[in-house]
Amino acid sequence: MKARQQRMIFIGLVVAGMAVSAGFAYRAFNENLLYYFSPTQVAEGEAPLERRFRLGGLVVEDSVERASGSLTVDFVVTDYYHSIPVQHTGVLPDLFAEGQGVVTNGTMNADGLFVADEVLAKHDENYMAPEVAESLEEGARRAAEPE
Amino acid sequence: MIPELGQFALILACCLAICQAALPLAGAQTGRRDWMVMARSAATGQFVFVALAYSVLTYAFVVDDFSVRFVALHSNSDLPLGYKIAAVWGGHEGSLLLWSLMLALWTLAVAAASRSQPLEFASRVLGVLGIVSAGVLLFTLLTSNPFDRLLPPAFDGNDLNPLLQDPAMVAHPPMLYVGYVGMAVPFAFAVAALLTGKLDRNWARWTRPWTVGAWIFLTVGIALGSWWAYYELGWGGWWFWDPVENASFMPWLMGTALIHSLAVTERRGIFKSWTVLLAIAAFTLSLLGTFLVRSGVLISVHSFASDPQRGLFILMLLLLISGGSLVLYAFRAHNLEAEGGFRLVSRESFVLANNILLVIACGLILFGTLYPLFHDAMGAGNLSVGEPFFNAVFLVPMLPLVFLLGLGMHAAWQKMNPKTLIGRLRWLGVAALLIAVAFPLIAYGSTGVMTVVGVTAGVWVTLSSLLEPVSRWLDSRAVRLTRAQWGMFIAHLGVGLFIIGASVTSAFTIETDRAVRVGETWEIAGFDIEFRGLREVEGPNFIADEGEFELRRDGEFIATLRPQKRIYRVQTEPMTEAAIDGRMARDVFVALGEPLGDGAWSVRVQYKPMIRFIWFGCVIMALGGLLAATDRRYREPVRERAEVKARVGETAKQGSH
Repeated sequence: MKARQQRMIFIGLVVAGMAVSAGFAYRAFNENLLYYFSPTQVAEGEAPLERRFRLGGLVVEDSVERASGSLTVDFVVTDYYHSIPVQHTGVLPDLFAEGQGVVTNGTMNADGLFVADEVLAKHDENYMAPEVAESLEEGARRAAEPE
Repeated sequence: MIPELGQFALILACCLAICQAALPLAGAQTGRRDWMVMARSAATGQFVFVALAYSVLTYAFVVDDFSVRFVALHSNSDLPLGYKIAAVWGGHEGSLLLWSLMLALWTLAVAAASRSQPLEFASRVLGVLGIVSAGVLLFTLLTSNPFDRLLPPAFDGNDLNPLLQDPAMVAHPPMLYVGYVGMAVPFAFAVAALLTGKLDRNWARWTRPWTVGAWIFLTVGIALGSWWAYYELGWGGWWFWDPVENASFMPWLMGTALIHSLAVTERRGIFKSWTVLLAIAAFTLSLLGTFLVRSGVLISVHSFASDPQRGLFILMLLLLISGGSLVLYAFRAHNLEAEGGFRLVSRESFVLANNILLVIACGLILFGTLYPLFHDAMGAGNLSVGEPFFNAVFLVPMLPLVFLLGLGMHAAWQKMNPKTLIGRLRWLGVAALLIAVAFPLIAYGSTGVMTVVGVTAGVWVTLSSLLEPVSRWLDSRAVRLTRAQWGMFIAHLGVGLFIIGASVTSAFTIETDRAVRVGETWEIAGFDIEFRGLREVEGPNFIADEGEFELRRDGEFIATLRPQKRIYRVQTEPMTEAAIDGRMARDVFVALGEPLGDGAWSVRVQYKPMIRFIWFGCVIMALGGLLAATDRRYREPVRERAEVKARVGETAKQGSH
């Protein structure tokens, strides 16, 4: 084999490899985009029913309930305009609390209950996930509007 | 009065940095020797004043001077002394100062080692470092002054974030920063080479140990961060593809590509412009990492809006440093001529493949990290890119990389008969595959396609790294390995162990969340765990519920685990402190959740086989780097003439082909 041919094979392999990687990356990317929705957006039917998404808002005071001794917990997430009931089974993060911001990942079930497989609370006392802060602002504004 | 002294020192350091940037560069351009020699003294002076400012801030923490805003926000009189000293880098302003201190240290070291280099070149290197330093010090002084006063002073401080009150977290940021900042050194060497228009093998020889040095710290820093996340965040994971983690991982990937490409430039005088480009990219990503993480921009574009001054300054600095060097590259890169060629099957090709694959992985991770920011900035709504994306885009380029790594270690420079290479490694490949099929079945009783692929890759690299050292050890007549060669094999051995650990952990981890009562015993992965009791304990600045769990296997006592749920007095947030029985073969991880009522607690118990191999592998990698960077040839002064002779000889040889 001449050096030129060798080089062409090498370049060909590289291009093919990059094309395959790009294909994989594109597929993985599309499958793993997790869109964020506020309770109002969910209530107005903007959120998908068939795929996972993120739901964020404030945990309503006195809404956290669990059957005694069970790992399953129910709570309500609000943006002051609409509220969505959420259910999660597992250990809650340290900074999860009533009246605090929360982001949950999961899917809506047929009864309008959001089943969260992951619950994320804020990182520290000064910080609220910015998307949550935005939904709360928007929700409060719409709640104040006359219907 | 004392904090003002710190600020004054910082202003002086900034002035000296500007001198260190302007005079030597101008001197090198115009050939004025008296300006060029200024570089070393300016660098020394700068170090003295940055160190002074840093000591003053530390002092303010130690004596609880809550009239300094930064101290009041990040410390408390009850904080143990060690954490007070570490709290200096517990916030944005102080960590910038630490950054500057590290840069001043690196600069000082470069200045001290530069005596064997031509004055013109050394002045340019120090000048470029001066520009970086001046930019960061100006940023600190104008937008994030750690010495700002708080009037009236606070009665007591707000305390250090409890998550940061941990030994690994104390060591993690400085390690990472030494690494980040160290990438400024190859960057400065690259820009200096572009300015001079000359990039020879001596250049690569000067640059290599610095780059490997920075890479070692980056490796250890990232590993410490991962270990910390594992036991402190209470989830038991070791890598989350969180934007903050990605920000440190991307410079590491580029730095890894850079040390390999530099090896080729040193040995063969080729890949020159590519090496320069990698050096620029590695430092750009380091800058991005430091600033975007600390200023919060990576978490959200909105923090740009909340503090536009900082954001704008960061953008300007990035534009100046990276944009400027890229423009210079565009004009000067054609001067960097390759000194030879290579065939398809050669060490050079393997390194090239390594570089391409690392850059692809890094590019895709960068895309996944920044895409949500762009999406949000366009007003197209909020989204996040899930972990599986990162796993996929990282693993797909890494598989061929790891396969080629096992071959490439044994390939000769310039050209090699592929049959010789394959003949030598054939049985090693078969052995790796057999081990990968048998080992999980024997040890864990099950297996899967991904497990076999992962373990094969890990064992393949491990065996391939051991081949040369072992066969030379067996053959008493063989030439001994140089320290740099030892370094290469050991670093790659670390890669192999890391891959084995990561594959086995992700395949055979058992994670359970469970509601348990005192006195209950249950079973996980062949272990019996008994919840024996709960009591209240008191720390220096927290109170905690402490659970007592007994770990047994076949009725035999193994360990008592005491996880805590802490409440820190000042910040009053709960904090999980996991308890781990760690062995090389497996970890058992227990974390307390919360009371569920009725005397039950939620408890997270995880069985993590071989997870220690992940961090152990990183330590071995760093150790290999240390050996490679301290090879004898980097400690000897460069013998200009011998080098030239060797090169002439080689050119003649190539001509005769």
